[in-house]
Amino acid sequence: MTVATAFVYLLAAVLFILGLRFLSSPRGARRGNWVAAAGMVLAVGWTVVLLWPHFTPAGALICALGFALGAVAGTVGARTVKMTAMPQMVAMFNGVGGGAAALVAVSELLGLHGARPALQSGFPSVFAIVVGGVSFAGSGIAFAKLQELMTGTPITYPGQQAVNALLALIILGLCVLVLGVTGAAPVFTALLLLALVFGVAFVLPIGGADMPVVISLLNAFTGLAVAASGFVVGNFALVVAGTLVGASGTLLTKLMSDAMGRSLANILFGAFGRPQEGVGLAAGGDRTVRPGTAEDIATMLAYSRRVIIVPGYGLAVAQAQHVVRELADQLERRGVEVQYAIHPVAGRMPGHMNVLLAEADVPYDLLKEMDEINPEFSRTDVVLVIGANDVTNPAAKNEPGSPIYGMPILEVDQAQSVIVLKRSMASGFAGIDNPLFYDPKTSMLFGDAKDSVSEVTAEVTSL
Amino acid sequence: MNESLVVFITYFVLAAFVGFEVISKVPTILHTPLMSGSNAIHGIILIGALLIAAGAHTPLSIALGFVAVLLATINVVGGFVVTDRMLEMFKARTPGGGEERRR
Repeated sequence: MTVATAFVYLLAAVLFILGLRFLSSPRGARRGNWVAAAGMVLAVGWTVVLLWPHFTPAGALICALGFALGAVAGTVGARTVKMTAMPQMVAMFNGVGGGAAALVAVSELLGLHGARPALQSGFPSVFAIVVGGVSFAGSGIAFAKLQELMTGTPITYPGQQAVNALLALIILGLCVLVLGVTGAAPVFTALLLLALVFGVAFVLPIGGADMPVVISLLNAFTGLAVAASGFVVGNFALVVAGTLVGASGTLLTKLMSDAMGRSLANILFGAFGRPQEGVGLAAGGDRTVRPGTAEDIATMLAYSRRVIIVPGYGLAVAQAQHVVRELADQLERRGVEVQYAIHPVAGRMPGHMNVLLAEADVPYDLLKEMDEINPEFSRTDVVLVIGANDVTNPAAKNEPGSPIYGMPILEVDQAQSVIVLKRSMASGFAGIDNPLFYDPKTSMLFGDAKDSVSEVTAEVTSL
Repeated sequence: MNESLVVFITYFVLAAFVGFEVISKVPTILHTPLMSGSNAIHGIILIGALLIAAGAHTPLSIALGFVAVLLATINVVGGFVVTDRMLEMFKARTPGGGEERRR
């Protein structure tokens, strides 16, 4: 590597770090993204310049073609995706990166023509193949679950963990075979295929509500696979950028699992969200819900001083973000103070609700994080829960037997009264009954979130 | 173990610390753009894909190189564009970043 190349890659790495840094404050974030993109253009552009004399005719053709098609597909996908479909889009962009990392390593092993690779390139090669392959296939399943191409509930079968453990062992064995005995093509091809199978098997038992953690974890995986590929092809730009993402993704994954009050192992292997038998029913007592009408609810909201809106995945499904904004505008016009309480794992990816509400032009300073808003509920007149369930479930605080016991929640039950907009009485994705619905101060309005909010807004306007 | 490997391991360890450090205080509001932005950054694998694709001459290596470049480009371009689209929407009510009545 020449000195000039080293400096160009160093500059690119600095731009990535600055970009990530800007991304951590709302005001600099957009600029941060472009700073990072500039680093990318620099690094890739310089690589093309370096490679220029070495392109084979076929190589030049596939690079140009792959680049053109990829750029069109990426731009069209990114521009046309609905904000509500953002989690699956991010999952897909992540998965293809993992796939590319695995292929780079495969291609390097292929160049050895069956010889056993030296440990220092062989180890990162098998790592990139396995982790990149898992990320590719796992992201594919996450995409299918989020896009509702398949069921969002965990898919389990007897002996699943044993099968997965066996798969992992075989993968490990193949890695040892590549490193210690032979770099023959059938061996690492089998390794790649099994990594793909493992990626599928790994995400199948994970429920929809745990997707924020999975997406974030797969993002970290791809980062690490890319870093490993950097070791393989001897390029430190890949090592630095991949590791940055691997580290930040790992940290984000930890934040997400902390926000669920569960360990990462429990999320990955607990098959959380299977319908639970008998849980929550032990509470007994008065289990009637109080259905309200749009008119009652409009009156309650319009004559209160402070209202907090708690959005959840139901809001995303119904694409109700714009009507929620209209309702908030109407209320503010009447002098009601409106804020939004955002649970860190509401929705299907980290920060999902923030993105949706931002699309509806809700100013981000009205969106309050859990720790900030929890002390406020007790001096709030009405909490409006829209399509959220588990993140408001007081059982997480009060019932040590509950599967979500210990998960930090939004303490909406502290407010004077609570309104829950919900599609039906079905339990949330975690499959757990919510005592909040039976609380005497809770009124329920059943139906599609968008329709319900529109009705309430119309009533508020006519008051 | 040769010298360049040691250097690479050094990069790896230092970059890991920087990665942890840089995002340890990100507000929840930015989790999605941050994840999506870092997602675009690992699209740097495009460089690796170009390295293997440039010299491709057998049918298999041509196929592998093509798919690798295609996937990596989708990752880079899609990642940055989608992040920009999300960030474009984040607005504060006041230019100063919002009313901080408490604290």
